[in-house]
Amino acid sequence: MSKISLRLFIAGRTSRSERAIANLRRICEQELEDYQCELVVIDVLADPQQAEIEKILATPTLIKDEPLPRRRVIGDLSNIADVLTALNLPPYIEGDLVR
Amino acid sequence: MTLEQEPSYIEKLLTGIPGFDHISNGGLPKGRTTLISGTAGSAKTVFAAQFLASGIVHSNEAGVFITFEESPADLRRNMRGFGWDIERWEKESKWVFVDASPQFNNDEAIVIGEYDLGALLARVEHAIKSVNAKRVSMDSLGAVLTRLTDTVTVRNELFRIVSALKRMGVTAVLTGERTQEYGEIARYGVEEFVADDVVILRNLLEEEKRRRTVEILKFRGTSHQKGSFPFTVIPRQGIVVIPLSAIELEQRSSNVRISSGSTELDRMCGGGFFRDSIVLVSGATGTGKTLMSTTFMASGALRNERSLLFAFEESRDQLFRNAIGWGIDFEQMEREGKLRVVCKYPEVASLEDQLISMKDEIDEFQPQRVAIDSLSALERVSTIKGFREFVIGITSFIKHQEVAGLYTSTTPTLLGGSSITEGHISTITDSIILLRYVELYGEMRRGLTVLKMRGSAHDKDIREFSIDGSGMHIGKPFRNISGILSGQFMQVFPSEIERISDLFREDDDKSVSG
Repeated sequence: MSKISLRLFIAGRTSRSERAIANLRRICEQELEDYQCELVVIDVLADPQQAEIEKILATPTLIKDEPLPRRRVIGDLSNIADVLTALNLPPYIEGDLVR
Repeated sequence: MTLEQEPSYIEKLLTGIPGFDHISNGGLPKGRTTLISGTAGSAKTVFAAQFLASGIVHSNEAGVFITFEESPADLRRNMRGFGWDIERWEKESKWVFVDASPQFNNDEAIVIGEYDLGALLARVEHAIKSVNAKRVSMDSLGAVLTRLTDTVTVRNELFRIVSALKRMGVTAVLTGERTQEYGEIARYGVEEFVADDVVILRNLLEEEKRRRTVEILKFRGTSHQKGSFPFTVIPRQGIVVIPLSAIELEQRSSNVRISSGSTELDRMCGGGFFRDSIVLVSGATGTGKTLMSTTFMASGALRNERSLLFAFEESRDQLFRNAIGWGIDFEQMEREGKLRVVCKYPEVASLEDQLISMKDEIDEFQPQRVAIDSLSALERVSTIKGFREFVIGITSFIKHQEVAGLYTSTTPTLLGGSSITEGHISTITDSIILLRYVELYGEMRRGLTVLKMRGSAHDKDIREFSIDGSGMHIGKPFRNISGILSGQFMQVFPSEIERISDLFREDDDKSVSG
């Protein structure tokens, strides 16, 4: 079973970042419940170095590190279907054709 | 921010960009963001980088460079030619990059829902704090706006960044693209509202020649010079603005006379040239202009003065051979450090570059005499406007150094005539000497006259002069010929001359010579 690893960059606890976190939680809990989902939230105000390393401009930014390929989504993730398409999730698994 | 916190006057920060601090009346408004707008290739990035570089070099102020377009690696490499060792400055914590350039390893992020540029702001603030930066450059806005297409969001976020910079007390420049040289200030129409101050860089194509100009469009609440000024981008220096308005008519003028190198000419000029004056020698090809500049140089060497000759028409060898032919040893003068000859093809550089390098030469050699042979050769590599600016620029510089200058100018026609050069510079020169061919009884002779001699009486005759192995010799006035200056010669009989003299005798007595 493949692991899904996500990082969400936010800039402070704004309503927009709260919205993004809530949307992402819902995705993990409802859409990706069959998978092992690892979610890390990084506040760039507290840890700007992380934003520097990943060259993040906009917040919220979601990075999917695993499974490869890496993907990025900017915004408060308001449309869950779009987010899943953009991230190419859930991952395609051989033998698991029916879903 | 309350009103009381604003200082009552707007402080400025010296940029250290040569000439720019002059046209901006002391630099960029301190603690604010200035938009640098220009078309592609108008040296915006150079300006942004130089703003930081000269801060480091001249005032030991650290800077943050936010790049949206070129990668830091590209910038480090591209700016090296200007003598800016960014890599070293980075190690010394004087220069920090905030890399917001497009990344190759991740495909363009997809936008879903609302966003802000909070991460960028956090990175910028972090970078500023980490080196205690006083200057920030952002290059360029257009690159952000093409990637993040939500103009309203981007504008709001830029406001946020700019006000954060203000809060942190840093002075910033922000570059923005324009699509055309004249028209909208910037492409997206949002940039100019973000910045209090706007500077426009232009890269104009005039008569197939490129000309760069810089114009300060607005400085909210503070003064600056109006209009556009030429500038150039040169290796090892970067942007150099040529501040024509720096020309102040406050050069000291002395009554000290210096020799032109010819006793007869000195006498015609009422005792020689003034020490800090500009003399224009105009004549057709072969009338003796190069000889005039050569003797002018030689006469300096005789009095232990240093002379600098800019030659744009003849090669070094040619000049030296000519001088030998007139009994002047340029080679020895150079050996003794009394002369420097700079030979250049006018075509090798733009006039702006030429002006900068000539200034550098004068600064370095510190001559008492400068000659340019010929000014009109430079005319062909520039537009009329560019040429005029060049002449004004070099003249004011020479006058400021309080040295004597001699320019030669070639007239396009062999007989009579005038050149564009004269039209442009006759009013800024202090003296004008005309050399003309005179056709007399089927023979070509040379005539010389002092047309103007500011602040002194002078000989008004048109005198014959000849050139031989020992230089130039000025002889008697042409008495029985008129129309020399126009080239329409008329033989005049002695009786006629006498009659005309009688006619004006009364007036002559009353008039004061001068």
